Amino acid sequence: MADVTRSEDHAGQKRTAKSAPKEMSAWSQLQTNRNWLGMWFMLPAGLFLILFLAYPLGLGVWLSFTDARLGRAGEFIGLENYAWLIGDFTEGWKFWEIGDPVFWLSVFNTLLYTVVASAIKFGIGLYLALLLNKHMPFKAIIRAVVLIPFIVPTVLSAIAFWWIFDTQFSILTWMLQEVGAIAEDYQVNWLGEPLMARASVIFANIWRGVPFIAITLLAGLQTVPPSLYEASVIDGATRWQMFRYITYPLLTPIIAVVMTFSVLFTFTDFQLIWVLTRGGPVNTTHLMATLSYQRAILGGNLGEGAAISTAMIPFLLAAIMFSWFGLQRRKWQHGEAND
Amino acid sequence: MSFTRRRFLGTSAMAGAMIAGGDLLGRSRAWAATEMKWTPEDGASLQLLRWKRFVQSEEDAFLKLVAAFTDATGVQVEVLNESLDDVQPKASVAANVGSGPDMFWGLYSLPHLFPEKCMDVSDVCDHIGSKYGGWAPSAETYGKSGDSWIAVPVAYNANLINYRKSAIEEAGFSEMPGDTEGFLELCKALQGIGKPAGMALGHASGDGNAWVHWALWSHGGYLVDENDQVIINSPETEAALNYAKALFDSWIPGTASWNDAFNNKAFLAEEVWLTNNGVSIYAAAKRQAGEDAKMAEIAEDMDHAFWPIGPSSTPAEFHICYPLLGMSYTPYPNAVKAFMQFMMEVENYEPWCEGAVAYLSHPYKAGDDFAFWDADPKLVAAKPAAWRTSTAGHLGSVGERAAAALADFIVLDMLANVCTGRQTPEGAMKLAERQAKRLYRA
Repeated sequence: MADVTRSEDHAGQKRTAKSAPKEMSAWSQLQTNRNWLGMWFMLPAGLFLILFLAYPLGLGVWLSFTDARLGRAGEFIGLENYAWLIGDFTEGWKFWEIGDPVFWLSVFNTLLYTVVASAIKFGIGLYLALLLNKHMPFKAIIRAVVLIPFIVPTVLSAIAFWWIFDTQFSILTWMLQEVGAIAEDYQVNWLGEPLMARASVIFANIWRGVPFIAITLLAGLQTVPPSLYEASVIDGATRWQMFRYITYPLLTPIIAVVMTFSVLFTFTDFQLIWVLTRGGPVNTTHLMATLSYQRAILGGNLGEGAAISTAMIPFLLAAIMFSWFGLQRRKWQHGEAND
Repeated sequence: MSFTRRRFLGTSAMAGAMIAGGDLLGRSRAWAATEMKWTPEDGASLQLLRWKRFVQSEEDAFLKLVAAFTDATGVQVEVLNESLDDVQPKASVAANVGSGPDMFWGLYSLPHLFPEKCMDVSDVCDHIGSKYGGWAPSAETYGKSGDSWIAVPVAYNANLINYRKSAIEEAGFSEMPGDTEGFLELCKALQGIGKPAGMALGHASGDGNAWVHWALWSHGGYLVDENDQVIINSPETEAALNYAKALFDSWIPGTASWNDAFNNKAFLAEEVWLTNNGVSIYAAAKRQAGEDAKMAEIAEDMDHAFWPIGPSSTPAEFHICYPLLGMSYTPYPNAVKAFMQFMMEVENYEPWCEGAVAYLSHPYKAGDDFAFWDADPKLVAAKPAAWRTSTAGHLGSVGERAAAALADFIVLDMLANVCTGRQTPEGAMKLAERQAKRLYRA
């Protein structure tokens, strides 16, 4: 009897133990369940992302399908803004003729600006990083100095470049005149001619962007174990082989991240162009960001401006995808194959 | 008119104040007691965002005016400054979100970008207009949307030809040519003597838009007609483009990159000897004349002129209008109206306008009698700006589409395309026509 009772008790206890979670109130579960707790902790960040990232992005995309103007909610007009900007391909295939030539010019300018500036920034940044990774006197001070262009507010540096590239007062022109590279009375038209203006704004962007790449790559370089270099020296590796087979592969993940950020920053650049040229001369330095601002905020055509901004998304997504696949290569470091 | 106790007290107070002080503060207190048409709401305070001053003495005079208003009415007015190009974006965003400064003071057709977000200030403008001899026609165009006033067209910035007398004499001209052909000859002659002219052809909203519209309108070319139909692609426009190209070729290199500030510094540095601007270059030269002999020489040698007349045979000038608008979201509409009235009353307006050293011109007839216009003959060209100017859109409406066309630099880019040789006149006109048709679509 006692046994039976014990076993019943045991069974009862077992039942109780098993059913205990079922008896917890939903509120208690929300408070103690690990999955729910995880969600609670993520919620502030999630709300933050939705409020400040997803909502504006969604609103921007929505506006691009409307004829909204400043101060007035627009009506849904479908793809009309895009048809105007990109071109209605039922009318032909020459997009620069059927679309808005200024828009296509801004797309070309943006791609040119991004590709040229990013490539040069990477080259100089990597070179500087390798240089700064060496033992040299006043290393810390030199590293700090390299960061200066990045620290100076963009608008301030843009105003400095505004003077540097001024046709009449340019210090560059003066220097070229002093060293006899150009005639005394020759004024270089830095920002007044399309090709020169593009080169000038790209130069300013490079000057500003190099420190970010150099310092980040320098940080990456310092994670490379010196023992690998020592081993390669013993094996008789040349300096190029050391870079090619040790430094570069181990730096690849950092390069992927830093170049993605650099491409994103360059692609969406606004301040430099706005202060230096406002998109001129004749729209030859207009980037998609500056054209979007001009049309949406200055011109009042929110819908069209939003469409130009939205048209930037595919390019930005491509840059992010590049980063994604670049990051996967991290497994190289651990001797694993790529996904 | 009935002579009530209140009126007697008010008049007495005004007279007392005038006798006691005779200054701006005394006058303004008396004004608040007797002439103020709109009593500010209890506890009202205002925020006004304005274009950043070009002449310091103008801002000093304006802040005195604001202080006098506060002293008279108890309404605090906070004045925020933004550069000329930044007022419009800020106002636009405020209109869009329904929150921000109570008043915006911008340029051209700013209120027409969001007319339904502007306070109806017809009563203020009717009162001021009838009291001071009537508004200039362009002021009505800028201030009104339909039959209602949506902004007070406070003042104009006359955009004139600024030139060095010695340079045009050296180039063989005894005076500034009054016609476009003569003007082109002068520019070529200035180039010949190494003292070139130059005007901004970058995205310069003030000076750039002023000269390109003069070039277009003086040849009879227009963006739109009276019914807002796009008519930019025309033989007149082509003539204007060819003329502009010839002018551009005679100018100093680099003007395609100039914004509004470039010509000022180039003129004061004697890099260009003729440009277009307000009278602020002259004011700057005069201000520095005491300590800088070069500035004294420039101030002495320079002068201003109206724009030359072209084949259209009418003045084709485009002066900047500065409209002041109250936002419909303001909780203190009466305080806004009281401020507008106070600002435009001649006894407050004239000292402020004088502080601007003719950089600003009046929009109502009574301003013709301001004493300071007689003080310096070099400034007289700025006096009739409100009456000589055409409005944004010219033949067409001054509404948001004209504002958008200006903001998008349709005319300026059309000229720049031709001047820099990127496009033929036909190609540039076609592009401008396409863009304008988009903005002016039904």
